[in-house]
Amino acid sequence: MKFDTIIIGGGLSGLSCALRLQAAGRQCAVISAGQSSLHFSSGSFDLLGLRADKSEVEHPLDEVKHLGEMHPYHKLGDSLSHYAALAESLLPQWGIRVKGTSSQNHYRYTPMGTLRPTWLTFSEMATAESKTRKLGDKVLVANFPGFLDFNTSFVIEALRKQGSQCEVTLLDMESVNRLRVSSTEMRASNIAKVFESPEALRELIERLNHVAAGYDCVVLPAVFGFSDADLAAQIEKEVHTKVAFMPTMPPSVAGIRTQKQLRTQFERMGGTFILGDEVVKADIENGKVKKIYTQNHGDMGFTAENYVLATGHFMSGGLVAGTQSVCEPIFGSDVYYLGNRDEWFDKDFFRSQNYSTFGVQTDSHFKVLFGGQPSANLYAAGSVLCGADAMHELCAAGVSLLTALSVADEILK
Amino acid sequence: MKPIRKENEFDVIIVGGGITGVGTARDCALRGLKVLLLERFDFATGATGRNHGLLHSGARYAVTDAESASECIKENMILRRVAHHCVEEHDGLFISLPEDDINYQKTFVEACLEAGIRADVIDPREARRLEPSVNPTLIGAVRVPDGSIDPFRLSTANVIDAREHGAVVRTYSEVVGLIRDGQRVVGVTVFNHRTHQTENFYAPLTINAGGIWGHGIAAKVGVRVDMFPAKGSLLIFGHRVNNMVLNRCRKPANADILVPGDTVCVIGTTSSRVPFEECDNLSVTADEVDLLLGEGMKLAPALGTTRILRAYAGVRPLVAVDNDPSGRNISRGIVLMDHAARDGVEGFATIAGGKLMTYRLMAEWATDLACRKLGVDKKCVTMTEPLPGSREEEVKSTARHHDMKPHVEATEFYRHGERASMIDARNDLDTSLVCECEGVTVGEINYAVKELHVHSLIDLRKRTRLGMGTCQAEMCACRAAGIMGEALGCEHNAQEDLRSFLNERWKGVRPVAWGDTLRETEYSQWVYNAVCGME
Repeated sequence: MKFDTIIIGGGLSGLSCALRLQAAGRQCAVISAGQSSLHFSSGSFDLLGLRADKSEVEHPLDEVKHLGEMHPYHKLGDSLSHYAALAESLLPQWGIRVKGTSSQNHYRYTPMGTLRPTWLTFSEMATAESKTRKLGDKVLVANFPGFLDFNTSFVIEALRKQGSQCEVTLLDMESVNRLRVSSTEMRASNIAKVFESPEALRELIERLNHVAAGYDCVVLPAVFGFSDADLAAQIEKEVHTKVAFMPTMPPSVAGIRTQKQLRTQFERMGGTFILGDEVVKADIENGKVKKIYTQNHGDMGFTAENYVLATGHFMSGGLVAGTQSVCEPIFGSDVYYLGNRDEWFDKDFFRSQNYSTFGVQTDSHFKVLFGGQPSANLYAAGSVLCGADAMHELCAAGVSLLTALSVADEILK
Repeated sequence: MKPIRKENEFDVIIVGGGITGVGTARDCALRGLKVLLLERFDFATGATGRNHGLLHSGARYAVTDAESASECIKENMILRRVAHHCVEEHDGLFISLPEDDINYQKTFVEACLEAGIRADVIDPREARRLEPSVNPTLIGAVRVPDGSIDPFRLSTANVIDAREHGAVVRTYSEVVGLIRDGQRVVGVTVFNHRTHQTENFYAPLTINAGGIWGHGIAAKVGVRVDMFPAKGSLLIFGHRVNNMVLNRCRKPANADILVPGDTVCVIGTTSSRVPFEECDNLSVTADEVDLLLGEGMKLAPALGTTRILRAYAGVRPLVAVDNDPSGRNISRGIVLMDHAARDGVEGFATIAGGKLMTYRLMAEWATDLACRKLGVDKKCVTMTEPLPGSREEEVKSTARHHDMKPHVEATEFYRHGERASMIDARNDLDTSLVCECEGVTVGEINYAVKELHVHSLIDLRKRTRLGMGTCQAEMCACRAAGIMGEALGCEHNAQEDLRSFLNERWKGVRPVAWGDTLRETEYSQWVYNAVCGME
């Protein structure tokens, strides 16, 4: 099978790169192994949230200069703000409704009820402009009995610290309770499926109007709108009290929806999305990728003029660690890592880990390096790139989106 | 200091909540003594919870230490009866590899038979049929009655029985001083780590069952107990590679025992002398990991491609008898010291040495001494009296709903024996799974918090196996933290607890974080750091 560009990885970076190229008239294929880190989304896209000293970043674009020299943002140079603005304008065109701007971070709520600086937040999610702004004087936190991935005790502890009076209520609904027939099914995505039914949604709205009367705000876990963000908007409209949706522990319903929307949009534009397949090897000649082979298509292989590696970090399988080394398993690209495993980790689980910055090395155009030389037609985008400490800088989505858009431009040049 | 009150007076105070301490508390309580058991952290925090979980047949010591071997096989047979809910009976193989001296097998079998240990030489092909994971190049195999034992479950069962026979049990209660009246120890001063209060307790006899820390406890009254801190490191694999214990048929050496237990298997150990200061903060080095993996693959080659869940280390609480640098040639034998006779300090005894396998016998000896000193004439019954959990073959309860999932019911019975009847399972909320890997329900967590001295997620893990499975508590830690926060109320800092729990898991994962383990780690760190914003 032959394409103009093949993108390996169906996450945020792979799909945004593909969408951009497809819109420019290139015939693209995205090969996706399955879930992407969007499934474990925080409900927001971070651009740059924290400094190395853990202090919060207010104006992300101004802080990029302080990042480590390997950071992918440096490769974008002056076009960083351009790509940030471009992402902000493209997302709504792709059907992703978000709020926020790269000129100033706002706060997202975490599943623990605390606040973290972020760039763009999915439209239905609660946000705060400042840490002193509370959700309301009297807040009701609602949950479904036995839904343990929304930890109401942590949420009310945090909201109380923010100055709200808080109470918890359990919405005992037969339609949701039915999920417990199997003891592992009480998870965010399954609850979301229940509320795809208009009857269940109607019952929920009635229940909320009953229990939330007299409160300034009712907090709900963000488990609505598996395929349609309007579901949350409908709840907001029809519940008489202000509603604040808070992210849950993974899976993230809004993240899964976003991934689906990006994919649908890509396919609507004529792109080919190959799901559940994995690229296993490639033919490379003098740094030029000739052909790639997948698990399901065997010897048949895929060819393209350009290839984009958007396979993610360790978590997504884009990088694989051995006992003393790290590799990028498909092409064997040059990878930045530290040779001594003892140096990969910090003793404290919550502190910055050196392994976070490991990744594929590229030139300034995101062309993958083989033995120090840039490939003729293989680019890398997103978390697979070296240099970012996404978890501690809070920059994962920013790196994915901005580098993907830049790679698309490089290919279109 | 507060005056002596009746509730602060006991017949015997036992210091240390390892298996020896809890076993002694149970035996003393069964014999009618008024017991106070003190543990500075949680039960099974030291060597008790940091070993293979091997139900030794004694074969390993048959050649080098006949006395230990014979104690082992006797206790092995007793534990199969009185603690069957803690035991898996699957036998073990002592295999000879091409590089081993096959003649040692004969010496080994003779020594086993001498010690009363069944030892059947079997054909290598038969060994491969019985245990398909075994190294196929083996040249000899001997089948012995090894098994596995869950030390956490065993400790808990002893605590429950001690308490049900009147013992007062205090965890997070550290003995900071021994109270003396002339040459006699008359009580202890205890600092409670949770309430930050100091309190005195009095008894005519204090038994030091502090394991490797017993050295420091004895030193508080100027008594010298020379312990020999020998660190042993182990690796836990993500599933059961083997179903029979695999040992090397040679003199005991590094990393030559692979024990299956519950959902995992464990290879160990290394042995190196460590300074006392290190006993509270052991870490496993990369070299130790490499050695364990390399030697382990000789027993079962599949270990090379099996995911490692974590690494951990314990300190063998051996009593030093000479200056052997490896610690392997010291007798695993039991040492009971009556400090009145030995050091002229009345009212104080130390029970040390021994091993997990012989804890019951150690407890019996210590309790015999207590009874003699206190003039109590009661016989030991722990060799015949089953522990709670091992008394019935099924759960009898009306508090459990009839359409309970059979696998949930089976798991709870597996872990708690007939005591599973105390776990709420009235509705599908109680039976909701919190930890998917290990099948821990909301009801089981609530039972553990209410009945089993659980004050933190780390304690909870030891009572239920929560977070011990392949994902190492990725999601269940947060879920359980919420349930515990509700159960324990506002005095419990659930987020701080979650933080220490994740760090404790990380400590064990870090030495083996490559391959899928690093993958899983990055996911956990993504969830807790980036998504949840924990610092």
